[in-house]
Order: sequence, then structure tokens, then C-alpha cells
Amino acid sequence: MGGEIPTNVALLRKILTSFIRNEVEKVGVKRVVVGLSGGVDSSLSALLAAEALGPKNVLGIMMPYKTSSPESRAHAELIVKKAPIESLTVDISPQIDAYFTRFPDADARRRGNKMARERMTILYDHSARWQALVLGTSNKTELLLGYGTLYGDMASAINPLGDLYKTQVWALAEAVGVPEVVVKKEPSADLWQGQTDEGELGFSYRDVDRLLYLMVDERYSRAELIEAGFDERFVDQVNDRVMNSHFKRRLPVIAKVSQRTIDRDFRYARDWGK
Amino acid sequence: MAFRVAIAQINPRLGDVAANLAIYEEQIRLAAKRGADLLLFPELSLTGYFLRDMVPNVALRLSAPEIDRLKKLSRDMAFVAGLVEEGPDYRFYNAAVYFDRGEARHVHRKVYLPTYGMFDEQRYFARGDRVRAFDTRFGRLAVLICEDLWHPSTIYLAALDGAVTVLCPSTSPLRGISDGEPQDDNARYWEMINRAYAETFSLFMVYGNRVGFEDGVGFWGGSEIVDPFGRRIAKAKYYEEDFIAGNIALDAVRRKRAAAPLLRDEDIDLTVNELLRIRERPSNVKPARLVKGLRVIRGSKGLGGRGKNPKKRR
Repeated sequence: MGGEIPTNVALLRKILTSFIRNEVEKVGVKRVVVGLSGGVDSSLSALLAAEALGPKNVLGIMMPYKTSSPESRAHAELIVKKAPIESLTVDISPQIDAYFTRFPDADARRRGNKMARERMTILYDHSARWQALVLGTSNKTELLLGYGTLYGDMASAINPLGDLYKTQVWALAEAVGVPEVVVKKEPSADLWQGQTDEGELGFSYRDVDRLLYLMVDERYSRAELIEAGFDERFVDQVNDRVMNSHFKRRLPVIAKVSQRTIDRDFRYARDWGK
Repeated sequence: MAFRVAIAQINPRLGDVAANLAIYEEQIRLAAKRGADLLLFPELSLTGYFLRDMVPNVALRLSAPEIDRLKKLSRDMAFVAGLVEEGPDYRFYNAAVYFDRGEARHVHRKVYLPTYGMFDEQRYFARGDRVRAFDTRFGRLAVLICEDLWHPSTIYLAALDGAVTVLCPSTSPLRGISDGEPQDDNARYWEMINRAYAETFSLFMVYGNRVGFEDGVGFWGGSEIVDPFGRRIAKAKYYEEDFIAGNIALDAVRRKRAAAPLLRDEDIDLTVNELLRIRERPSNVKPARLVKGLRVIRGSKGLGGRGKNPKKRR
């Protein structure tokens, strides 16, 4: 069924460590902070950064909520010890609970998004304290599906994993030494008990990665995807998700009134002058 | 004739000409130390690549003080610089300038400006309108910039115009990963064409690429010098700054052309005739020519006459 997603881990490792080193140093800093969830994405990001910058220049922050799984915390600790990187734990329960006392009827989605955004503010605060950049951990699969919180876990200064499908993340994580228990466990945002990515999305990462790879990277048309053996409803469902979440991958829409509007006819690279 | 050519595989700063000029000076000193006669810098390495709205701010007229500085640097070392040239009519070109013995002796303006996918060049640059080989104390050279070489017509013209060494300043982004390969897919494609061109046109290919990242886009390096037999004389590292040098002995061109006189046998008239015919195919006829009946190609009187009469079109 179509082309296979390549997982040239040696080459990916070389490119991504070089990316982290280059993009961090040109800003004039040496360090990064990264939120450690105990999952495979943040574990991989942290280990790549440790390799690129030296472990002393990486700060992993664990930000559990009182309902977070103790296993997540233990897995994050494994990465801290393995690298071994600097670490810090900030329990977000008090700030989350203080807020939701006023809005007790908020559902799990609102609570989950709020937690992701509180974590973001903590990472950015410590990036200022530590003169560091916030290292992203979102992979290409979740970015394309919009499976992340805007201005929450999707926020970062540089992201080494944003062009890697989950399948590639697994392969690379194994190669750089993320412990097997982390690589093999079922992916979860751990925003509420029993939550799993695949349960929530309704399909497996392996299936959707194959579909997205052909749809996005190989530019297969709808007809060609169906011809390649994908279920029509699956193709449409995923395509809708990609389209409807595109706003999350763009800057806010600015009303143009002047002759020169940011990002429309005021065009500069982020690395302007660097 | 033999000379030593070097390639500075550098990581320029985006939009900072002064900082990049300092890198140039350092690399020129290094080249002198390594016994090089001629040094190749990558495409737009005096300015950085993804310039966008910075283009007018970093553009240099050939009368600019920075160009004077480069001229002075070329008193002891010939080199090809990659920069934004501002023409007299305020057009901006992605250009490569050959400096030697205190003068800017040749300018190549990139002809093929990629404007698709990740590239935006035609939005910001004017297109060059010629491909010319030129005589130097290192024999006859041609400079073709990056995407120019993805159009085989450019190297075909350069070779027929007598170039025996082709210098290619490049800023080639890494993209595409395949299993079991030491470099990305784009790097592998370039290595294939460098070798194929060197062998096919029996000349030396000197390919200088940059490294580093701009907004997450990495450049793969891997600069190389390939001889007319397709052998690598020197090869730089992938994805890291590097400096390489190799000897170009033009006897190799002679030996290769004696063994396989492909260029001698090239039938230019046939090519010109067929191109004139092909130019009239409906998909190649531009609307203005349909109205006027004729497009005059600058500096080519001999070609202009044909096809004047629309009835002769096939």
C-alpha cells in the first residue's frame, strides 16, 4: 500500500541535533527548557537537545496535576537520569484548582486545555529566568491533525520534531536511547484518567501516519488514496481534520488596513539578522 | 595548466553583510594558507538566503564600498562571491561575481530563479538573461548558480562556449530522507548531476554549497570537486562547516576529450534548427509573439530571420 515512511535514524539524529545547536546558538543563548510529560515526544526532544547542547544546558520541567498518572512522572524521571539533564518539578494543581473553583462546571476538554496553557506559561517563565529557548515537542502527526492545544503544548521557540510522523518519532526515540517502557507505552496526553490518543482520535497512529504520508508528503489525491486501499470515510475524516485545524498552524488573522501588514507584505525570516 | 581550487563551506548570517564579509576575509586567508589559487563561496553567502524583504537592504551596486573591499581582497586570491547585485535600473539579482587581481571581472546573474514549493526567488529577484563562459588565468570558466544547473541547457551552453571548469555556488536545502543513505535525497540528486555533467561535458565541476539553518531549513553542505572522468577530487562534510581544496589539472580534460570527443561531435546547427522549430510549437509560443510574429533574441542576428513568416511555421 503505497510508499513506506522512511526512518533513517542516523541521518535524522544528525540533522536534528545540528538544527537545535544552530537555531539556539544564533539567538545568542546556549540553553533550552522543555516540558517533560513522560511520553515519547518530550523524552526524544530532551535527549536530542542534551546531545546537541550538552545535558547541563537542558532543563526538563515536570508539571504534574494531581490526577496525572504517577507512571508519567516516573517515566519523566527516567529521562532526567538518563541524559542526565537539569530538572525541576512544578505541581500545577494549585493554580488550576484556584481557577476552576470559579468555573466548576468546566468539562474535561476545557480543563485539559487550561492545564496545557498553564504549563506553557511556566516553560516561558523559566526560559526567561534561565536565558533559554522553549523546545517544542509536537510531532507532524499531531500538528497535522490539530491534536494539541493552541498556545499550550503547541507553543515553542524551536521544534525539532514538527516534521516527523509519530512512527518516525518512535524509531528515532529507540535509536537515541529513550527507555523501551516509554517508547512502547500507549500514547496519552494524560489530561484525564484513562485518556489515550488513539482512543480519542478513533484510529491508530500507524494507520493515520501512512495515510498522512501519502496525502501530504507524496501528494496523493483522494482517488489515489482510495485506490491505494484506504477506506473512503477514513480518508475524508482525516482530510477534514487537517483542513479544520489549519488555523492552529497559522498566526492569528490580522485585518489589513495599512500598506504594509505583518506577514502579508512585511516579510522577513524569523532568523532575521541571525 | 594546473591550479588549486578551494571551497569555503560556510554558515553565513542572514541579512548581515558586515558579519559575512568578515567570514569571507577569514576564509580567503585560510585559502592562501592552504595554497589555493581560486576560492569558491556559496550562493548568496555574503547575505544569507531567505532574505525576502531584506533584498533591497543587502543589495550592492558594483560601485559599493563592500565591492571595493572584495576587489582589494582579490589582489592575492581569486574568488567567486555570492551576493545580491543591484543593477543600474534598480533591479536586484541573485548574482555571483568573479574577482581576481583587484577587479570584478565577471558577473553571472542567476537565470533560473526557483519560485515553487519552499522557494520564492522570482518574487524578489530579477532574472539573468545570459550564460557566458569567460577567459581567466585559470583557463576558460563558467559560473552557474544552483537552480541554473537543474536546467541542462545552461551547462550545455557553458560547455559549448568553451568552459572547461564550471563553478557552481549553491545554497541547497536538505530535504527528503531515505533509509540507508548517509545524506538526504536532495544531496544525492546533486551528486548525481555533478558527476553526470562532469563526465558528459568532459569538464571539471566545482560545486560549493553552504551549511547552517535559516528558519528551520538546513543546508546540506557536501561541496565537491569532480573531474571529467566523474572522479571526486575533493569532498566536504555533510551538514557541517568545512573547507576543501583540490588540484585541477586541465590535462585531464584533454585526455577525456581525446578518449571521448563528445563536444567535438556536438552538432550545434542541428540543435539550433530543432530549437527554432520547437520554439514554434503551440505550447512554446507566447501571446506577444503571436501578435508580432517574431521575437528577437538579443545579440543573435542570425536566428532572428527565421520564422518571420508565420506561414513557415510547422
